Amino acid sequence: MLSPAIQAEQEGMAEASFENMSRIYQMGGSEVRALDGVSISFARGSFWAILGASGSGKSTMLNLLGCLDRPTSGRYLLRGDDVSQLDDDRLSEIRLRSIGFIFQSFNLLPQSTVAENIALPLYYQGWEPVKSAERARELATRVGLQDRLAHRPSELSGGQQQRVAIARAMANDPAILLADEPTGNLDSATGLEIMQLLRELNSQGKTIIMVTHEADIAAFASHRLYMKDGRIERQEG
Amino acid sequence: MLIHAKHLREIQLGVKNLRQHKLRSALTMLGMVFGVGSVIAMLAVGEGASKEALEQIRRLGSNNIIISAQKPLEEQSQQTTRTFMSIYGLLYADELRIAESFPHVLRTVPVKIFRKAGRLGERSMDLRLLGTTPGWFELVKRPLVAGRALNPFDLQNSANTVVMTEHGARRLLAAENSIGQTLTLGGDAFEVVGIVRSDGGQGTGLQAPDQQIDAYIPINVAKARFGDITTQVSSGSRSRELVELHQIIAEVDAIDNVEATAAGIEVMLRRFHKKLDYSVAVPLALLRQAEATKRTFNIVLGSIAGISLLVGGIGIMNIMLASVTERTREIGIRRAIGAKRKQIITQFLIETMVLSTTGGLIGIAIGLLIPWLITLAAGMPTLVTPLSLILSLGISMAVGIIFGLYPAVRAASLDPIEALRHE
Ligand SMILES: Nc1ncnc2c1ncn2[C@@H]1O[C@H](COP(=O)(O)OP(=O)(O)OP(=O)(O)O)[C@@H](O)[C@H]1O
Ligand SMILES: [Mg+2]
Repeated sequence: MLSPAIQAEQEGMAEASFENMSRIYQMGGSEVRALDGVSISFARGSFWAILGASGSGKSTMLNLLGCLDRPTSGRYLLRGDDVSQLDDDRLSEIRLRSIGFIFQSFNLLPQSTVAENIALPLYYQGWEPVKSAERARELATRVGLQDRLAHRPSELSGGQQQRVAIARAMANDPAILLADEPTGNLDSATGLEIMQLLRELNSQGKTIIMVTHEADIAAFASHRLYMKDGRIERQEG
Repeated sequence: MLIHAKHLREIQLGVKNLRQHKLRSALTMLGMVFGVGSVIAMLAVGEGASKEALEQIRRLGSNNIIISAQKPLEEQSQQTTRTFMSIYGLLYADELRIAESFPHVLRTVPVKIFRKAGRLGERSMDLRLLGTTPGWFELVKRPLVAGRALNPFDLQNSANTVVMTEHGARRLLAAENSIGQTLTLGGDAFEVVGIVRSDGGQGTGLQAPDQQIDAYIPINVAKARFGDITTQVSSGSRSRELVELHQIIAEVDAIDNVEATAAGIEVMLRRFHKKLDYSVAVPLALLRQAEATKRTFNIVLGSIAGISLLVGGIGIMNIMLASVTERTREIGIRRAIGAKRKQIITQFLIETMVLSTTGGLIGIAIGLLIPWLITLAAGMPTLVTPLSLILSLGISMAVGIIFGLYPAVRAASLDPIEALRHE
């Protein structure tokens, strides 16, 4: 156990921290402990890789971190605020202002252009169309897609689509970038390019928490978290 | 209004989403289009017809009682032998009795209808004539087009004067300058003194007796010159009829006395007529009846409208539910990015409202076009009331809200994590 003083100091620096967090699914008579009493603190500006077998609770943890889900019990402090028991509207507001999601399958709107996809969070933040188009172009430039703004996702390669998704995740300048197997659908060379982009964002100060199966992808992170049966098996870095 | 300026972006988004599925959106709207279109068209036809009917009845005068000669049923079916003559109808004495025994009757006007060969200048025609008194032109309002109507002196002097209707004037190729000319009727010379407007109406239960009448002459002249017997030749057989009067119009002093007086006249006629060779009609009663019919018509129309809009609404709901399922992943993405439930509801609701309102507007255009075409092609009167337009637009918007709400709420209540996992 850490002394209260050290814990407080850590919390002060923590981007996000779990205190005895559990997520339990009731399946008929039995219960599935997707996350089973996890306590951990993610420091500001750190880059984490979460590893573990399939079904070990990695996605569950990421969804809780991203306020897409609520814990069955425990406390979740996001920049010091307890957000574990907020209602749906408040959680949506936090996702809108402080979270950026990157998914394995990109999850872009197929009918919208690259620019519109990147600007989607700005639409919900109520930005002026002209300003948000400007910001979308800026973000597209950051991920090297400034000349693809009017394209639809289906006209882009997987790597390019994931870059659009990263640009969209960065649009609201989030506190944390959460990525669930961001390279899972990409070949290894493209995956490495995406990782370089993420490392660059991390070096600019963004906290990144990423789920992955692959050791060479996890090697990009400064910290590694190994999950097993809903618990933390061990921690590196 | 429901739509604020801040919803403009949502409307743009809705229009954009709908344009991505042009065919499907168009098909979805069809129900609304035809629902609204047919409702407006039907209302316009109904409104036009009933307005025409009411107008016509009103023109007969709501203070008037109209007593008509009626050929008894048994004589209508009888094979007419060469010598047979049917005697029926109203009597000159009936008019006197009505005028004298009912205190509320202000005046009476007799009507006698017959055919005679007529000639004006070079032109000869078989004419339908109406013998009456000057009171006719006041009781059954027939505006003057030229010259004058019959006047009391014509009657006093048994003058051979004739007033043509526009209808008759057209047939005889007469115009304003025909006034003063001689119209020969059955061999007698009559002076044309005026032209009055015809009653153009048709299709009501009660018709003025001067439908397709060519000209009016004083009744005493008609009686003296042409007698009471008419001979009709139809499909080879000749039938002869003796009818003194074809109609008597009685003007009553006040609307409240009309129905009681009509009942009294009926009782009196029954006493003097052995056969049922007359009928008593009250335009006021017909007016009420026509109004009641119109109300029924509107209720029936309203039900049809309701059903067609319901069908249109269910069509929209069906498509929107399918759309929600199809776009589950999109909903998940929007929620993950931070869209609130309310914003998802608004998005889908606005889409259905754009669909239904656009459908409604197109329906209104069609609903305006169809009555116009009907009037153009069939000459039927139609009337599109502003109320029917406002009502249908309002209803189509309401249909969008009512039938869009459930799919929208379903979309918003999806769990974002599961929605994202959806294929
Ligand atoms: N909605 C749900 N209902 C019931 N059980 C669930 C639900 N979501 C997750 N689980 C269970 O929770 C456990 C953890 O799931 P989770 O998705 O976090 O695993 P994961 O580590 O991400 O696995 P993978 O590497 O396959 O993505 C699993 O046993 C899973 O079956
Ligand atoms: Mg997972």
